[in-house]
Parts: sequence; structure tokens; C-alpha cells
Amino acid sequence: MKYAFYPGCSLECSSAAYDRSVKAVAEVLGIELVEIDDWNCCGATEYFTQDELVACSVIARNLAIVDRQFDQLVAPCAACYLNLKKTDKLMAENAKMNAGINEALAAGGLQYKPGTVRVRHLLDVISTDLGEAAVKDKVVRPLTGLRVAPYYGCQVVRPLNGFDDPEYPMKLDELFKWLGAEVVDYPVKAHCCGGHMTQISEPQAFELIRRLLQSAVDYEADLILCMCPMCQLNLDAYQGRVGGFFGVKFHMPIIFFTQLLGVAFGLDLDKLGFGKELVAAKPVIQEKLGAAEAEAK
Amino acid sequence: MVTQHGQRRGSAFLEEVIEATPGGERIVHCLQCGSCGGSCPNGADMEYTPRTLFAMINADHREEVLAANTMWFCVSCYFCTARCPQNIPITEIMYALKRISIREKKYKGTDAPALARTFTNLVEKYGRSFEFGLASRFYLFNKPLSMLKMGPMGLSLFTHGRMSLIPTKIRQVDQLQAIIAKAREIGGAA
Repeated sequence: MKYAFYPGCSLECSSAAYDRSVKAVAEVLGIELVEIDDWNCCGATEYFTQDELVACSVIARNLAIVDRQFDQLVAPCAACYLNLKKTDKLMAENAKMNAGINEALAAGGLQYKPGTVRVRHLLDVISTDLGEAAVKDKVVRPLTGLRVAPYYGCQVVRPLNGFDDPEYPMKLDELFKWLGAEVVDYPVKAHCCGGHMTQISEPQAFELIRRLLQSAVDYEADLILCMCPMCQLNLDAYQGRVGGFFGVKFHMPIIFFTQLLGVAFGLDLDKLGFGKELVAAKPVIQEKLGAAEAEAK
Repeated sequence: MVTQHGQRRGSAFLEEVIEATPGGERIVHCLQCGSCGGSCPNGADMEYTPRTLFAMINADHREEVLAANTMWFCVSCYFCTARCPQNIPITEIMYALKRISIREKKYKGTDAPALARTFTNLVEKYGRSFEFGLASRFYLFNKPLSMLKMGPMGLSLFTHGRMSLIPTKIRQVDQLQAIIAKAREIGGAA
């Protein structure tokens, strides 16, 4: 199975663990991800805040430069996924926007016909295109005994999700049940991490982060699994300050779902980007899954 | 807010918001049920919840709406959009209000426009976002004292190999810039 791949800016450095682990598990699963040549930033939410047509044109450049041999594009970051999908849909439904975006693209010698590229999230590809049997077939180290809290965040499941429920998504839960993990059914699994509010207004952002961390603690999760770089950064990097702000001591490792998927596939922890998270995840994985097994080296 | 057929849909400002929002015409179907505000993770901190804001838009309270903190507390989680029984693209309307508020400099007490501008300026220069450049510029020019609090975290990210001090630049940044310049020249939405 071959897909065009849009990594997004976060995967280049701050979420390099996601990039490494996505590529590693894709290889095991036989998913060939071919990176779009010279892709640009999707603009996150920041262009939409200023100019709709510029926002969509910046995003559409990426759709326009996808190699013609691909009709599907995989984006692991929630914001990139939504932006690419939203722009394609808007162009299909709104003739005026479509004309404006294509006029802008033409200034760069490009054009894009809506519907040419189907934007997918990696979780959708793994759940839908591969499915239970194909995933279970690759498991060499079942995650038995590890309690995981699947965290969906917002923009993969809302508003354009076609593969899971926007209020109570289950695909990540199901995937980790296939891998043998104990999946924690906690009430905030599709709630907001605060997004860019950490930079704008800390009290509000910190409360949203606290709710997520506290819920995972209350439901006795060993770690939280993310599918978005922003969620991972907010829950992991701000965890110490959030704890300090509320007078609570948190110690909740936050990793990308692909990292733990890679563990179940028997891959080396360092190759999966473990050690880049600020709240160390290795100790609990080694403790629960057995030190000798978890440390591949 | 459901208006009769054949009449003007509502206030001049309502028309303006509809024009500025893809799919914005759904706003006339608002039932004032309040599902949006009740679903919002930041609803408690908003001066007006989206429901109230829509009533104000309908009543042509343009100045108050554009100066409200509501849209700046929107985190684009899309819970309101997913739950609206009338399928109003509420999050998109929040974006449209942000755009008008920025264009006319009506916003008060928020660093969000500065963050957005700093972010997109870097994207326009390099074609990619540049987290270190964004954080350093944004905090230095907008809230320098916060740099003290952010310092240890930034350092920690750096030592964990998660903060690059050098931006990545795409090859065809001039192509991207030409597209952006043209889009800006055409302007508008919906």
C-alpha cells in the first residue's frame, strides 16, 4: 500500500519521536509513505485567524504538488490533517473559494482539482485499510499489563472525521486492545489540550491540561497515547508547570500512539524516539512489560 | 433568529458575518439553544458565549461583538460545531470574527493576533514553521517577563533534541510567496 506523506513541521524536530515511530511502524505494516517533495507548512490555525483565502491557498499548494501517482495522502498531525481535508472539501463545495484558490495557485504555476487527493489520518489507514488481523499478525510483544489512556484530542475526530465518532471515538481504543493492552475508558479522551492557549493565556490552558492529566491519573493509566504533536507537547512539556500551578504532582508519561505500537511490534525503543519525551516513559514500559524484553539492546 | 423567507436575513452585521464565513448562512437557523456555550471548554471565561454572540450579531451590536474576548478563547476544538443541532459552522464563524476584529484592530487584551502574525511571518519567510523563532520573537516582543518562566522548559526541550535553533527552508519559497501575494490581492472568503 502506497500513500503520499505529509509529515508537517512539528515532525521535523519537536515531535521527531512521532516521525521516527510513524516511519518505523509503517515499514513493519507494509505501508509505503512517500513524502511530498518540498511541502510547506499548513499554517495551523494562524492563517485562518487572518485571511481565509491565504490560509486555504497555503494549504492547497501541498495538495497541488502531490505526485499524480497518488490519490491518497497521509498526515499524522491533527492540525495538518484537518487543514488539508477542510480545504479540499471547501474547494469542492464552494465555487468562489475554489476559483480564488486556483487563481492564487496559478501565480505559482500550480492548480488543484478538489477531490483529486483523499486526505487520511494514519490511525484511519491502520484501522480501516489494514484492520485487526493484519495488525495482530505483526505483534511480537503483547502489551499485556500496561494500562493505556488513548487520547484523541480534537481535530482528527472533529469536525470532518469520516472514520470515527466525534464525541466518543473508539479506533485508538480498539487498536490497543488488539495489541493486548488494558485500555482505560476515561471521559475526556476527545477533549481539548488547550492548543495554542498555552502561549496566549496560561490559566485557561493549564486547566484544560490538568483535567486530562487528572482524569488519566484517576483512571489509573500508566501513560497517555497521543495522535497529535500539539497535544503531546502541551501534556508533556507543560506537565511540570501545570502541576506547580495547581499544587499537584503529576508524573504521567505522554507518548505518540505509534511509539507504543512499535513496542508491540518488537522494535527498538530508541528507534521509536523514546527518550525525547520530558516525562520519561521507558521506566513504566520496562516495569510493566519486563525490563529484559522492553530494552531491545 | 430564524427569519422569514423573502425578507432580509437580519442585521447588516449578520449579512457581513455570513459573507465572511464559508457556510456562514446557517447562522440564521440558530435556535438560541446554548449547546455551543455548554460544550465549550473555555465557555466559562468568555464574556459572551457563542449563543449570546449570535444574538448580538443579529441585533447589529457590531462594536461589542468585535471587541469581545469570545473568539480569542476559541481553541478550535470544534465541539460546538459537532454538537450544533442546526449544523452552524460555529468554529468557522469564530475565525471570521477574528479576521474582522484583526483587520479593524478591534481586539482587546489578547496576544493571539500577535502570535498569529509572528507565526505566519515565519512561514512566509521559510515555508515551514520555526518553533524556536516563533517562541523567542513572540515572547520577546509581547510578554518578555514570561521568558523567565518559559526558559527552563525551552532548555529542556532543547536538551531532549526537540528544539532546533535553525529554521528549515523549502526550496520553492518564492513560489509559495507568489501564491500568498496573489491570494492576499484577491482577498476575502466564502
